[in-house]
Amino acid sequence: MTSKQAAANTPSPISIAAKGYAVDSESTPFKLFNFERRMPAADDVVIRIHYCGICHSDIHQVYNEWHSSKYPMVPGHEITGVVEQVGSSVKGFRVGDHAGVGCMVDSCRKCATCKKDIEQVCGDLCLTYNSTELDKVTPTYGGYSNLITVKEHFVCKIPKNLPLDAAAPLLCAGITTYSPLRRYKVDKHTQLGIVGLGGLGHIGVKLGAAMGAHVTVISTSESKRDDAMKLGAKVFIVSKDDEQMKTVANSLDLIIDTVSAPHDVGPLLNLLKFEGVYCVVGAPTKPLEVGAFTLLMKRPTITGSGIGGMKETQEMLDFCGKHNITCDIEKIDATPETIKAAYDRTVKADVKYRFVLDILNAFK
Amino acid sequence: MSPAQNNTIPAKAYAVFADDSPFKVFDFERRTPRVDDVVIRIHYCGICHSDIHHVYNEWKKETYPLVPGHEITGVVEQVGSSVKHFSVGDHVGVGCVVDTCLKCEPCKKHKEQHCPDVCYTYGSTELDKVTPTHGGYSNLVTVKEHFVCKIPNNLPLDAAAPLLCAGITTYSPLRQYNVGKDSRIGVVGLGGLGHMGVKLGAAMGAHVTVISTSESKRNDAIKLGAKAFLVSKDKEQMKTAANSLDLIIDTVSAPHDVNALIDLLKFEGVYCLVGAPPKPLEIGAFPLIMKRPIITGSNIGGMKETQEMLDFCGKHNIVCDIEKIQATPETIKTAYDRTVKSDVKYRFVLDMLNAFK
Repeated sequence: MTSKQAAANTPSPISIAAKGYAVDSESTPFKLFNFERRMPAADDVVIRIHYCGICHSDIHQVYNEWHSSKYPMVPGHEITGVVEQVGSSVKGFRVGDHAGVGCMVDSCRKCATCKKDIEQVCGDLCLTYNSTELDKVTPTYGGYSNLITVKEHFVCKIPKNLPLDAAAPLLCAGITTYSPLRRYKVDKHTQLGIVGLGGLGHIGVKLGAAMGAHVTVISTSESKRDDAMKLGAKVFIVSKDDEQMKTVANSLDLIIDTVSAPHDVGPLLNLLKFEGVYCVVGAPTKPLEVGAFTLLMKRPTITGSGIGGMKETQEMLDFCGKHNITCDIEKIDATPETIKAAYDRTVKADVKYRFVLDILNAFK
Repeated sequence: MSPAQNNTIPAKAYAVFADDSPFKVFDFERRTPRVDDVVIRIHYCGICHSDIHHVYNEWKKETYPLVPGHEITGVVEQVGSSVKHFSVGDHVGVGCVVDTCLKCEPCKKHKEQHCPDVCYTYGSTELDKVTPTHGGYSNLVTVKEHFVCKIPNNLPLDAAAPLLCAGITTYSPLRQYNVGKDSRIGVVGLGGLGHMGVKLGAAMGAHVTVISTSESKRNDAIKLGAKAFLVSKDKEQMKTAANSLDLIIDTVSAPHDVNALIDLLKFEGVYCLVGAPPKPLEIGAFPLIMKRPIITGSNIGGMKETQEMLDFCGKHNIVCDIEKIQATPETIKTAYDRTVKSDVKYRFVLDMLNAFK
């Protein structure tokens, strides 16, 4: 038999070997996890993962704080890397392209919301991890791994001028703050408030300032004042200081609240103008308490936002490319120990402002 | 009775003098008309639940004597020399606001109720910040022309009276959120506000669902124009309507679960509070993040919109379902007790024309 004949007789591989870090339960440490990514279908892109941001959602889900975790879990939905293979009908990507994957890897693509480019609301949404593929069976594994196969529609181009490491958190933190800024038409006339200066908050300040808004940062801690100004804020107030809060009363068009720790919403609503907008993007587990009189007299819009559709995510990345915006990151090696230490520091808000795992050099 | 000296007209009312004392006859004075004033012989006044909150000092800011009443209809008796839009004999109404600065942004945008200097019809002061305002449980009121509305001639004055508060309060958010024949709306609560919300929403062509705590209100809801009815505590019923509504108008002031209502909204649907529950609403963050609803409130309406609402009611022959009663301290007390128990279909209206005899 010639080698050609031998090759023809060998079954083609149906999967690609991959390595990741997974947890087996809410109380066990990360361990090396050998698993498989699918071979690219005609519309798939295979990405060599270079970097993955640590999002606070990863921590919530690893520790089963939302009571919906399935194990083994490979977290990570702020993924950047380089295209390694493309399926035969892929039009938008070539081998070598800089690419990013966020919180979604598939949806039905047929329902009214998918057609309106808000895939995150699809009833059949497939999240990047702790979820299943459209077959409702195959588990999805996230970006704390060296490789991922994703349908083209759910992959974004990272503008060439943005470094892949500092761009990674844009795939969740970036789009989560960008979306409401666009929905509420933030521009040079807008008085914008950002509550909290962490992963979401810091990029909210950068994006809002880049859109021309006057940005006020509201924080619990005076120590963040200088950073807020360096990021592009014009005003900084400490939420527990009644006098400082009074100086901003009835002055803001839009507040983006990034804080997930329990906190009083009433004093924040007092900062809004008549008919201003208060938008929750953090995920406090306790309900917000809103007084009826505030609703009747100030008639605010109280709403929320979570990530954004694929079209808007690409638009956000292009905006960041144009304005040279990336996240402020602390890049770390990817090992079970460094991930644990990063989780502990993130929960204490002890990071400026996102940890990013160096996946390219992991698993060696 | 001839006008008294000192530019005033004697008037009679029912007032309370403290938060725990009964209504008594109150002899007082209305101003003689300034050039832009209209003097109205009050025929009817609706009993709004707000009257009860004020009389019992539930909002803790009351000054006494207090003459409640801000759902006033009657007939023009005198007009000031520069009044353009009213003549003696016209059918008119007065709602919750009797004056504002007319110069600030909200006033210019026809949202006078949000003027920082707003003068409410009762329990408030005039623009001088001194002269107390007294409401419609009285026989006469003098009001600046801008704050008087025409009642369409085809609407009976008694059944039209509650339109001046309950009517505009539900009309305003229906218009703000463009309710029309493609809208699926929910009205929570079937009382004074709720029954008007159903009638107005149905007249705008919407598919109306009533959400109530009580199965016993189903037939009434359908008769008023609703197409569907849900008992809020029945989780199975509520599930059938999940993610189906464009707009919910919540008229309920008792404490209740707002998250269960937000579950009924479509993506980016609107929840609008018009009731005034004393405890804060508790709203979960996850539904806000996933569904991106607009959670908001609404509060009566400006004068332009109030007139538009009355004209709409005239065109569609819409008035309130009322229980008309004589106006005496005893009947008012009984009506208050029944209103608090929601034992009225759907507003008490005081016959002021025949009071004080």
